[in-house]
Amino acid sequence: MEKELLKKLAGRLKSLKLDGETRIMEVCGTHTTEFFRSGVKDIFPAGLILIDGPGCPVCVTPNDYLDRAIEIGRVHKPVIATFGDMMKVPSSYSSLSAEKAEGMDVMVVYSPMDAIRAAGEDPGREYMFISVGFETTAPAEAATLIEADKRGIRNFSILSGNKLTVPAVKALLDSGETAIEGFILPGHVSAVIGSSAWQFIASDYGKPCVVAGFETHDLIIGVLALLELISGGKCELKNEYSRVVRSEGNRHAMDVMFTVFEPCDAEWRGIGMIPGSGLAVREKYAAFDAGKKFPVTPPEPREHPGCRCGELLRGLIIPYDCPLFGKACTPERPVGACMVSSEGPCSAYYKYGRK
Amino acid sequence: MNKKILPGHGSGGKMMNDLIENTIRRIFGGSSVQIDDSAVLKLPHGRIAFTTDTFTVTPIFFPGGDIGRLAVNGTVNDLAVMGAAPVYISCALVLEEGFDTGDLEKILLSMKSEADSAGVSIVTGDTKVVPHGRGDKIYINTSGIGVFERDPERRDIVPGDRILINGTIGDHGMAVMSERNRLASSGALKSDCAHLNHLIKKVTDSFPGAIKFMRDPTRGGVASVLNEITKGRSFGARLFEENIPVRNEVKGVCGMLGIDPLYVANEGKVVIIASKDAAERILDVMKRDDNGLESAIIGEIDEEFPGKAYIETEIGGKRLLPLLIEEQLPRIC
Repeated sequence: MEKELLKKLAGRLKSLKLDGETRIMEVCGTHTTEFFRSGVKDIFPAGLILIDGPGCPVCVTPNDYLDRAIEIGRVHKPVIATFGDMMKVPSSYSSLSAEKAEGMDVMVVYSPMDAIRAAGEDPGREYMFISVGFETTAPAEAATLIEADKRGIRNFSILSGNKLTVPAVKALLDSGETAIEGFILPGHVSAVIGSSAWQFIASDYGKPCVVAGFETHDLIIGVLALLELISGGKCELKNEYSRVVRSEGNRHAMDVMFTVFEPCDAEWRGIGMIPGSGLAVREKYAAFDAGKKFPVTPPEPREHPGCRCGELLRGLIIPYDCPLFGKACTPERPVGACMVSSEGPCSAYYKYGRK
Repeated sequence: MNKKILPGHGSGGKMMNDLIENTIRRIFGGSSVQIDDSAVLKLPHGRIAFTTDTFTVTPIFFPGGDIGRLAVNGTVNDLAVMGAAPVYISCALVLEEGFDTGDLEKILLSMKSEADSAGVSIVTGDTKVVPHGRGDKIYINTSGIGVFERDPERRDIVPGDRILINGTIGDHGMAVMSERNRLASSGALKSDCAHLNHLIKKVTDSFPGAIKFMRDPTRGGVASVLNEITKGRSFGARLFEENIPVRNEVKGVCGMLGIDPLYVANEGKVVIIASKDAAERILDVMKRDDNGLESAIIGEIDEEFPGKAYIETEIGGKRLLPLLIEEQLPRIC
C-alpha cells in the first residue's frame, strides 16, 4: 500500500471520536501481536479497547495435553517433535524444555514434514509430533499423516490437540460474560474455513464482525470497518481480507483436514469443555494416533496457583490485570501459557507494552 | 592425504605435521605456522585492541559464506568497531573425527581469502581433534589484534545523535535458519558476512570527531545493540521503521516464522551513532563503499523513553524493542 494512503488511514483511525468505551475482540493470536507490532494499537482513539480472544493455540491447550505428551515421552520414549512455541509451555509439573534438559529426546521442527522426514531416516525409533493448532495448521498436519501412510512410515504418530475456532467463539458468546461489541476475525483461519463460517455471529448473536488480514493497512481497515458497523448499529459480517479469504473458504484444505480428523469434544484452557471443538484422529488413521499408540496414565493435572490465563482467554481481563504479570510470570520463567507463545497476549503485552 | 579427519591428526605426531604442512601452511602461507610456541609480532607503541571469538555455526556452508569466512570477519569486525585497524589473527581449529578434509580445505581457503582482503595476517594457530560424536564437524576460534592509528576516544552520546547502519538487516540469521530448516529455495536468502574494517576506516578517517559509537549487530541483532547502548541512560534510541532496510525475502521468511528482523543476527553490518551534523555526510561516505551501498539513517537518540530502544512504525505508532530473553522461536500459525 502506498505510504500516503496508509498515513491517511492511520489519521482517520487516530482522529475518530467514540462515545464512551467500545470493546472489540480480536480472536486471533497473530492479530494480538500485530496490533502491537505495527503500532496500530498505539494510535487507537480514546475509548477503544481491544480484548484478546482465545486464538492462540498454545495458550488454549490445557495442561493435561502436555502432561500426557510428557508421560508418553517418559514411558514409551519416542522422539518428540514439536514447533518451538510449545517448548517452554508449563505442563502441570514440567515442560518439554525441562524434560529435554533431563535427557528426553525433543526436537524442534518447522513443519510436520520435518518430523516425517526424520522418522523416515531413522526407522528404528518412534517419532511423535506435538500437533497443536487451529484450522490454519491442521490441514497441513492431516496431509502429513496421509503422506506418512502413503510412504508406509509406521514409526510416526501425532498427539492431536488441534482445535476448531468457530465453536470456541460460539461458547464465548453463549457464556455472555463479556460485553464485546464486535469481533475482528482471523484472516488465516477464515482463508481455510471461509468467511461465511462466521455469519452466525451477526445473524444469531447480533454482533458485527469483520474478517481482517495482518498487514498494517489490513488492521486499520478492519478496525475502521468494525467501528463503522458498530456505530451504525449494523449487525453484519464483512470480509476486509478478500484478497485471501473467500466466502466458501478452501474446500480442498477442509476436505484433507476432515479426511484425517473428526470433530470431538475438547477442553480449552480457561473456557472448559466445548462440544465439537476438537479434532481427533479418525479410526482409519488410528495407527498414527499417538494417544492410542502409546497408552499412559498421566498424573492428575493441576493449574498454577494465581495464574489468570483462563480469565484472560475468556476476554474478562487484560494481561495487566493479572498480579503475576511481569513479576512471577515472565517469558523467562512463564507460569502460564499466554506468556510463552509468541501469539500469547501476555507475551505481546510484555514485549511491546509500555508498562 | 586422508579423506577424513582421524584422531591421529591431533596427535602431535607425523599425521598432524602432515596436516599442518600440507594443508594449513600450504593455504595460509609460511608465516602462519611457527616452529616456536608463539608468534612474535611487531606492533607500534601505544594501546592495542585484542579480541577473541569462537564460531560454531550449523550448517558450516550456507548461502553467502561458511564458518571460515565468519571466523575471520567476525574477529576483524570486533576490532574494527573499536576503531582499531586489525593486523593479526590466530586460528584454532577443533575438528571432529571423520570430518571431510576437502571441506576443511574449502574453509581454510575461504579464511585465507577473507584475511587477505581484510589485510590481516594469520600468524598462529592450533589444531585439535575430538572423537566422533563429541563435536559438530568443526569449531573455529580466532583471536585478533588491532592497532589504533589515533588515540581511541569515546565521545558521549547525546539526544539528537543519529543512528546509521550500512545496509539491510537480518540477512545472515535468516539465511542460516532457512538453510538449516530447508525453508526457502536456495539463493533467495544470502548471508551478509563481510569484513567492515575498510568501510569503518573510511568513516573514522573522514569524521574522527563525529563518531560516538560503533558495534556490529551480530547475535540479538540491531535491537539488542540499541538496548545495550541505552540501558540505564537518560536517553533512548528511536528507530524509524520505514527507514530500516530489510530485504523482501527476509521480511517474508521472518513473517512466516513470527520473527522480528530487528533481533536477527547480521555478520556484515555495523551500527554507528554519530553526531547529527555529520550524519548525512557520513552516510554518503558509507554508501560509496561496496559494503555500504544500502546504508541508511535508521533512527536517532532522544529522550522520550529514557533507557529504552523503541520503534516508530510507518503509521507513527510506537512500540518498545525490549531485550529478548533468548533466541526467537518460530511460532505455530
